[in-house]
Amino acid sequence: MAGPTPLQLRCCAASGCRSAGSEALQAALLAARDQLGGAAEAVTIKPVGCLRLCGRGPLVALDRSDGSELYAELTPDQAPALLAAATGLGDGQGDALAGRRIDPADPFFALQQAVVLEGCGLVNPESIDDALAHGSYAQLKRVLLECTPEQVRDQVKRSGLRGRGGAGYPTGLKWDTVALQPPGARTVVCNADEGDPGAFMDRSVLESDPHRLIEGMAIAAYAVGADQGYVYVRAEYPLAIERLRLALKQARAKGLLGAGIAGSSFNLRLEVRVGAGAYVCGEETALLASIQGQRGTPRPRPPFPAQVGLWGAPTLINNVETLASIPVILREGGDWYASIGTEGSKGTKVFALSGAVANTGLVEVPMGTSLRTVVQTIGGGVPGADGPNGGVKAVQTGGPSGGCIPAHLLDTPVDYESLRDLGSMMGSGGLVVMGETTSMPEVARHFMRFSVNESCGKCVPCRAGTVQLLQLLDRFVERQASIADLERLEALCRMVGATSLCGLGQAAPNPVLSTLHYFRQEYQAACRDPGQCEPLDACLLQEVTP
Amino acid sequence: MSVHTLTVDGVEVAVPAGASLLDAVRAAGADLPTLCHLDGLTPVGACRLCLVELEGSGRLQPACATAAAEGMAVLTQTPQLQEWRRMAVELFFAEGNHVCAFCVANGNCELQDVAVAVGMDHSRFPYQYPNRRVDASHPQFAIDHHRCILCTRCVRVCDEIEGAHVWDVANRGAECSIIAGLDQPWGEVAACTSCGKCVDVCPTGAIFRKDDTTAEKEAHRERPQLLRAARDQHQWLNQ
Repeated sequence: MAGPTPLQLRCCAASGCRSAGSEALQAALLAARDQLGGAAEAVTIKPVGCLRLCGRGPLVALDRSDGSELYAELTPDQAPALLAAATGLGDGQGDALAGRRIDPADPFFALQQAVVLEGCGLVNPESIDDALAHGSYAQLKRVLLECTPEQVRDQVKRSGLRGRGGAGYPTGLKWDTVALQPPGARTVVCNADEGDPGAFMDRSVLESDPHRLIEGMAIAAYAVGADQGYVYVRAEYPLAIERLRLALKQARAKGLLGAGIAGSSFNLRLEVRVGAGAYVCGEETALLASIQGQRGTPRPRPPFPAQVGLWGAPTLINNVETLASIPVILREGGDWYASIGTEGSKGTKVFALSGAVANTGLVEVPMGTSLRTVVQTIGGGVPGADGPNGGVKAVQTGGPSGGCIPAHLLDTPVDYESLRDLGSMMGSGGLVVMGETTSMPEVARHFMRFSVNESCGKCVPCRAGTVQLLQLLDRFVERQASIADLERLEALCRMVGATSLCGLGQAAPNPVLSTLHYFRQEYQAACRDPGQCEPLDACLLQEVTP
Repeated sequence: MSVHTLTVDGVEVAVPAGASLLDAVRAAGADLPTLCHLDGLTPVGACRLCLVELEGSGRLQPACATAAAEGMAVLTQTPQLQEWRRMAVELFFAEGNHVCAFCVANGNCELQDVAVAVGMDHSRFPYQYPNRRVDASHPQFAIDHHRCILCTRCVRVCDEIEGAHVWDVANRGAECSIIAGLDQPWGEVAACTSCGKCVDVCPTGAIFRKDDTTAEKEAHRERPQLLRAARDQHQWLNQ
């Protein structure tokens, strides 16, 4: 790994900071450097990926020989002051940049552990030379030269890595299942159809460090014996698609993709497939149908894609974060990765922290970190609120498939099983923090509306059941509901959850069920005649004493 | 030919390898309501009426689209399954405009049959009364989308048996609808051979012959299987 170059300005060029004006800022920095000349000439200005604190963009990191600093919410007219700060020249820089300097010892940064994101914010995502200088493709080359596919799979199994798309299926086991199918063609697919509201982890990896994903995919393809692969990216991520396509082109030009990779006999053709705006295409069987040019609807499993996948061939499908973890696992060893995290959930997890929280952005922490640490210490709690739970009412994890975890359970460690036991799920990593004023029936209705809009319409519980659920929730939000509606709501939630064809329908009632479980009194209070709800007090009591 | 043995509601059955759970259920003498499934067409597992419980795991699987495996123990009639089946049928009735009294398929409608089978006398869910289209542009046939339950039998029979692929599904969720050609009036779709197979397989009165009026529709839902057997096994009706 190359150390930080002395005198360098790393400008975040990912979507979050771009929307805050990072392109203009970078242009201003380049212009100011030319104008200032002299010592400023020595400052390297480099576009990089996500610098984590997305809510305060545009962000610029300053590397000097004595360490790094981070500046937030910069405007183009502050460019000369920033260059002056970099070169240590110029007075009054304190005034021009007052309040813009962010303490790198802040828990938001100090408590993070960069594994998947280790190159994110350091590497220029549009330069393969920079990626190579930071160690990209070193593991691919080593593996092709030194390891058999079995040895690679063994390291992945030892790492204990589980699928980061949400379900948490053991990655090594999935790789074995694909590799051990009868001889024949195999395909590897990266699921980059990240569609949960409030989730932007995969987008950040694609925009910040695309070569890491390509390397991970190439290693996966080698380990399962695939010679072709697809990255399925949603069309709503234009910058990610642009950078991924550029990275693929660069990798092909360097002989890191294509025929005879890095002098070995291993071939891999990798292509981008762009989704057309359907959330359900993140479901693996629908995703495969979409790649094949068919209508993106799920099909019953078994057979699983590992057995019968793309055009009938065994297909390995992993999510972006899973595949991006692979190069590090092979570099440091599976045992090293397994030493991070908890017994059942190894390694680190990237979260997209948003909602009613002071620090919005990208967070990578070891598995098993408590929600309280993530939301209150790293996230800084709800702005302007205090108290033991920092004004947090609930944390929504797992998007429209997950649930709301109430504040009194904030000490829950973040791992697959703990979140599932609370009626939520890890999901892909979106964490939406909700303040005290949030109405839970409205939250449930919001997610149900999402599921109604995104249902593919293939099976009746999801197509017609979610519509009925939404209308029932309307009655609660509008305070028109009756006690019988509460029973209907619960019964239909269970039916839709148990009988829907794919994960989208099966999980669609989760936001309702979890809010019903933890905030039942809000549903009861929303009835036309709340007096009918005799156990109202009992429910409230239950909530206070968990 | 290898054989799998399994139990259906405690009854032991043997089915040839490759048979579906639905075949096994029928071999056990039990019956399951189905709507999207039709022998001779690729199963899709969409209507969720044939869901069965795999004893032990508690997982639900569509019998039509799940392969029977050695040693499986299948439950088809648990009280929970019966309740969910009834709810699914109610959802079908609530999402469309199904008025039996003046439907061409009255008395010969599979949706009506499953409603009777699951004991549904009314829908507990509010009717949605969707505003859908009727396409009578074809000289012999018509499609009334109000009665369509999106089983996609017409899509599959036209694609898999007739090879014309006139039908497909457009849009998503509650907005889904069966379309002819590139969402054209049926009568303008040159690919249509007017073979009438979609009329034969339609479980309701959604696709019908124009000469038929109330309760006059005669469906021939055995036709895909006969044609499939003729093609694949060279077995003909008169043999």
